[in-house]
Amino acid sequence: MSYVIKGETGDWEVVIGLEVHCQVISNAKLFSGAATDFGAEPNTQVSLVDAAMPGMLPVINQECVKQAIKTGLGLKAEINTKSVFARKNYFYADLPQGYQISQFEEPIVGEGSIILDLPDGTSREVGIERLHLEQDAGKSLHDQDPKRTFIDLNRTGVALMEIVSKPDMRSPDDAGAYLRKLRSIVRYLETCDGNMDQGSMRCDVNVSVRPAGSDELRTRAETKNVNSVRFVMQAIEHEAARQVEVYENGGEVVQETRLFDAQTGTTRSMRSKEHAHDYRYFPDPDLLPLVFDQALVDDIKAGLPELPDERKDRYINDFGLSPYDAGVLVAEKDTAAYFEAVADGHDAKMAANWVINNIFAVLSDKGVGISECPVTAENLGKLLGLISDDTVSTKIAKEVFEIMIETGDDPEKIVEEKGLKQITDTGAIEAAVDEAIANGAAQVEQYKAGNEKVLGWFVGQVMKATQGKANPGQVNKLLKEKLGG
Amino acid sequence: MSLDKDTVKNIAYLARIRVDEAQLEPLAGELSSILDWIEQLQELDTDGVEPMASVAAMDLPQRKDVVTDGNCQTAVLKNAPDGEDGFYTVPKVVE
Repeated sequence: MSYVIKGETGDWEVVIGLEVHCQVISNAKLFSGAATDFGAEPNTQVSLVDAAMPGMLPVINQECVKQAIKTGLGLKAEINTKSVFARKNYFYADLPQGYQISQFEEPIVGEGSIILDLPDGTSREVGIERLHLEQDAGKSLHDQDPKRTFIDLNRTGVALMEIVSKPDMRSPDDAGAYLRKLRSIVRYLETCDGNMDQGSMRCDVNVSVRPAGSDELRTRAETKNVNSVRFVMQAIEHEAARQVEVYENGGEVVQETRLFDAQTGTTRSMRSKEHAHDYRYFPDPDLLPLVFDQALVDDIKAGLPELPDERKDRYINDFGLSPYDAGVLVAEKDTAAYFEAVADGHDAKMAANWVINNIFAVLSDKGVGISECPVTAENLGKLLGLISDDTVSTKIAKEVFEIMIETGDDPEKIVEEKGLKQITDTGAIEAAVDEAIANGAAQVEQYKAGNEKVLGWFVGQVMKATQGKANPGQVNKLLKEKLGG
Repeated sequence: MSLDKDTVKNIAYLARIRVDEAQLEPLAGELSSILDWIEQLQELDTDGVEPMASVAAMDLPQRKDVVTDGNCQTAVLKNAPDGEDGFYTVPKVVE
């Protein structure tokens, strides 16, 4: 499924690389002892180190190092037991140091890969170029005052992992799948909460275009700080179309930083000064190289949880689920746990169908996450049990499910109270069948004349007479015996 | 290696240091002689010699992940020329 932009001069393809900044989950900041909690009063989580007072020295937080290693392992990447912190120099009001401590030539994590689960059920691999640790900047509020910008340094110095992909993506769908998978992995690992709307995961999008089938890499434009999966996909669509137009009008794409406008779904040039990219990196003289033993890496590796890809394989191999269904269920850790609780002791395929078709509909209806689902996994499991042992038909089960959504009740109790138990007593069904046949002389004629579709009419009559509680299999069997005889 | 006036001007701009036009030429000369000296150092054969990050033979000190600092809004804002409601305020930064 390739993504092609139809230009006037021919077909074009898009080349995409993403740089994702993930805020590391830790109590304290990367180089200071100040707290990292989101939403605190302005400048209350700022130490003299974060405020860049003269003479303050950075001391690295070992937990942030471990989180970066853990994430690197989750991306099947090589871990560098020696890495170096460098200063990236630029001036901005929310960067009191005048430089960001980052990693440049020697990052903590090298090349890795990530597997995308695409909307059509197929998978493809995208390369990871590197992951490095760096400081976050503070927050600028531009809309508080007509003449002034307000600065909050609470976020200053919080650890970020910048994860850089290779330019391996070829469509907005690829980019969307990449972000979703990356978010899923960091959430499984508990190294980043992955909340794009709170800014704890932010994305810079690099886009270039080229004639379809070519393997050149043309000049790219970078769109900064796009804060949702949908916006990233929109930004790529718009940016690719814009670049095709530039080339087809005889122009050249310039390497620049662009801004995404969520209102219009378009990107625009930041008209940044020509100097903007001259960061003059050099090794930070305040920090020695970060060196650790391979034993630390092995230790963290041994403690890794089951990751989404492995879990997906397990669902396919052990439960016989389709790759698509398995991918959908493992994407969120909580959903996977819910599904496994439902499937425990029941048919896994049936459990998967109920979770994907019914539970997801309820959640999107109510606009809640799986943790607030009105139907508990235990109760859904019980409902599946009632279907499996023929206590209720699938049709009645759907009715019971509707009640469960409203009341959160135990399905066994609902079936008991509402008298929804399926009729499997042959005598009772036979009576209803006989009655239907007696009332439908015309239909009996049609059936005998070879119109088998009319059987549905009889089934309907029997179901009506039994309030839908007759076992459909038995009804069909009896009807065929009696009519065919 | 020698630096020209424009390069010096650019470096000064990047460092946000105001340099008078008349000073650019002399500065170019001074900076060039520093670079010449570095060039002289590069004549040394350092093949197979590990880069030295520090004169002290020690590892990078590390901290435990414990909140030990912060919560000193008044102190961090004390030297700010302007502020409001716990924020620093600066002349509007327009993007």
